[in-house]
Amino acid sequence: MKPCFQEDGRRSFLKKSTALVAMYLTPSVFVKAFAVDTIVPMPIPKEKLTITINGKKLNLEIDARTTLLNLLREELAFTGTKKGCEMGQCGACTIHINGKRTKSCMQLALTHQNNKITTIEGLSEGEKLHPMQAAFIKHDAFQCGYCTSGQIMSAVTCVREGNAKSRASIQAYMDTNICRCGAYQNIVDAIAEVAKTGVKI
Amino acid sequence: MKSNNNTIFWEDERVDGADKVNGKAKYAAEHSLPNMAYAVFVTSSIAKGTIKNIDTSKALAMPGVLDVIYYANCPSVLGYISNAAERPKNAMEWRGHKVLHDNKVRFFGQPIALVVADSFESANAAIRFVKAEYASESFETNFDKARLDTKNLKINSNYKRGTEKKFKEAFAFVESEFNIPIEVHNAMELFATIAHWEGEDKVTLYDKTQGPKSTQFTVSRTFGIPDKNVRVIAENVGGAFGSGLRSWANVPAACIAAKKLNRPVKLVLTRPQMFSLVGYRPQSWQKLGIGADAAGNFVGISHEAITNTSRYEDFREGIVDASKFLYACENVDTKYNLLPLDLSTPVWMRGPGEASGCFALESAIDELSYKLKMDPIELRLKNYTTINPENKLPFSDINLKDCYAYGKNKIGWKNRPTVPGSLKENGMLIGYGMAVGIFGAGKGSASVRIVLSNDGKLLLECGVSDMGPGTTTAMTILASEAMQMPIQKIKFKLGDSDLPPGPSQGGSGTTSTVGSAVDLACKTLQQKLKEIAIKSAPLFAGMNAEVLEVKNEMVISKSDANIKMAIVDLLKLANQDKIDLTITSNGKTAAQLKFTSNSFSAHFVKLGVNPKDGTIKILQVVTTGDAGKIISPKTARSQMLGGVVGGIGMALSEKLEIDHKTGQIINASFGGYHVPLHSHIPPTDVWFVNKPDHNINDIGAKGIGEIALIGLAAAITNAVYNATGKRVRDLPITPEKLGFKSKQSL
Repeated sequence: MKPCFQEDGRRSFLKKSTALVAMYLTPSVFVKAFAVDTIVPMPIPKEKLTITINGKKLNLEIDARTTLLNLLREELAFTGTKKGCEMGQCGACTIHINGKRTKSCMQLALTHQNNKITTIEGLSEGEKLHPMQAAFIKHDAFQCGYCTSGQIMSAVTCVREGNAKSRASIQAYMDTNICRCGAYQNIVDAIAEVAKTGVKI
Repeated sequence: MKSNNNTIFWEDERVDGADKVNGKAKYAAEHSLPNMAYAVFVTSSIAKGTIKNIDTSKALAMPGVLDVIYYANCPSVLGYISNAAERPKNAMEWRGHKVLHDNKVRFFGQPIALVVADSFESANAAIRFVKAEYASESFETNFDKARLDTKNLKINSNYKRGTEKKFKEAFAFVESEFNIPIEVHNAMELFATIAHWEGEDKVTLYDKTQGPKSTQFTVSRTFGIPDKNVRVIAENVGGAFGSGLRSWANVPAACIAAKKLNRPVKLVLTRPQMFSLVGYRPQSWQKLGIGADAAGNFVGISHEAITNTSRYEDFREGIVDASKFLYACENVDTKYNLLPLDLSTPVWMRGPGEASGCFALESAIDELSYKLKMDPIELRLKNYTTINPENKLPFSDINLKDCYAYGKNKIGWKNRPTVPGSLKENGMLIGYGMAVGIFGAGKGSASVRIVLSNDGKLLLECGVSDMGPGTTTAMTILASEAMQMPIQKIKFKLGDSDLPPGPSQGGSGTTSTVGSAVDLACKTLQQKLKEIAIKSAPLFAGMNAEVLEVKNEMVISKSDANIKMAIVDLLKLANQDKIDLTITSNGKTAAQLKFTSNSFSAHFVKLGVNPKDGTIKILQVVTTGDAGKIISPKTARSQMLGGVVGGIGMALSEKLEIDHKTGQIINASFGGYHVPLHSHIPPTDVWFVNKPDHNINDIGAKGIGEIALIGLAAAITNAVYNATGKRVRDLPITPEKLGFKSKQSL
């Protein structure tokens, strides 16, 4: 059964990518153990990670199984990045990795040695809001606020990468980010306004 | 922006907006406590039966795993004792599935064990090694099949006025069946609870709930401890849409684990668990008959409905209620039965009852309008009533006529083809449709603490929550207007059960209930200020409180504006560092009970259907609300926009799919359960009548959360009929239902 929404490519991509990443996220030590159905208790695999988050270089020792999302939220208290599905389907966990928007729930933290991460907390300068954050407030582009961080991170790259040429192109780019409260129209209004001002973001 | 004597009282923005755009707003799972452990549910892989054994040894051997809690090692919980005689008086029986308590499986995906570890990774890695052995039993999850056998039905309620099935004698009538599948709230924030026992009988919870006070009550009764020893914090709630109106398995499970391990425990549900553990809109079957005379006057309405519930709890909603009183009609009969299935229990979902009921009623009226060759808006106007025909009480206010007039003009109703399927634009079949929504407008009791400090700042507190509609903003605006002082000096605090008791946020009642308390608190404070002025300031000596007013942060004489004193100076003069009052506003007064109070909406849709593949593109929506005075225009508009998005999902895509051979939900993810995305949303206009309804409360405001969605799905199916001549009565509308072969499976 095909739903009446006119675009479907994104969904089927999501489903395939989800299955792949799920396999990837199962560390090989356990896959092996699981195959023979015997578990040998072993220490939690700890690995060193050097990563820059919001301009600050960190040297960490982390559980090898940790996703970037859980590293941010549980270990480093960057709770502005949200957990919505852990399947790469909702976009609430969107961050920038070396300037590119990425769903952090789909990334093993260890694969990001020496990468530069920007989270929602890194967009504003102290109390001074980023123009996209200010536009989201002006257009009331959220209700509960839970998908907002991800929407804003996507919105910034939407404008930066030149995808904010029309409402339709903004919508297509932003289809990666679900808002269940239904603030979509206001989100597009906010993005269109920031794009129109031409301010470098 | 609003001004008075050049003083700006409030900016037209969300007062908590900055925290939500910069990531500072904290939701339940985002609190961190020292020595906190992480818990993850293991869920059943059968739909019904008994667990014979759970092998936890492998999971326990995994690194970092602290415990696996299940029925065999679960500490006793007073509220789990079924026998009232054995249960202590301070405990109340837990409603619903008693998680981790017994070895019964009642639905597929039911939590059967809880893995607790020192990190999320360790807990998550261990769940797959918890092995359960079951003795399966036969089960039924197939609503469509089970409802056909009347033995399966539980009679819930019947209603009749006038003659039963009178519609069949009318000049023209329709009788149709409507099916709505299970829909799931799927708020973006995952349900989460952090439980921290600070003593043997004292617990603090960070919880995703629409009611901090109701969760406090549930937890105190379940564990048999005093209310004051349970603190529930929910400062921010990432959407809930009704799913947070009761406590689910995550609440007792987190409390049990935290107590057993003697350390704080964080339990976060997964997205798939959000489909089966926190309620849903029940599946429904409805049969609606409606008939009218040649002039269009309704002769009779018969409305029958069945909704599903679980085997272990009855959940009912007002699915047939709107048919009793939305339109003038002498002969109305309704029947409502429940169908227990081997699924988890449903719960209120945005527009509970009426969203399903109005889909049937408003579709049938549209159908009838074609039979009568009458414009559907004219038909509704013909049967317009200002008196509730069920209880004969007048509506406190009703302005649906204004909604019709505005929406008709704005959507371009004059372009609507009278012959379905006859209008084409850009290669698409074009259709126009409209439908009405209605929901009760309540007013309950709430307490508010108001604190005016001698630095001129005003603090208000109430133990309600804000899941997104903008309660904090609306309450701050109300206080700003009542006190005639700038919004920047006002703070409204909510989301904590330690604050004065407020209602759960639900049923579109928060603004009316808490707003009335805020208004009363401000008026009480003003009276107090006047009394202090007369007593302490020589300027006002001997004056009567009636001749004074409080505005612009001053106490001023009404007759001579030169006789005035700043509030801060007054407090200093009176040697008071603050005024601290807690007031309670009660439910409806006797005068208010002489009315039926409702909010109303009318939605107008223009859409195009692709004649090649049957896909639908919504081109424009005009949504209008009749809900008294709009306190916070910007957030209210957003709420209406959100209702449209929810309604589009209900109409075009949302459907929970169950494999009836296993009882398993097979589309428990956003990849399988489609909610509307950016691209699916058309330009939408929002309009409010915005006329105070003082018959319900002093502030004149009613709720809009439900009416924003109720009726929207019918407006869309009515427009699809107008575009194609095909009447879809089973949601969601797919190309298949319009006679097209689906191009590909999902």
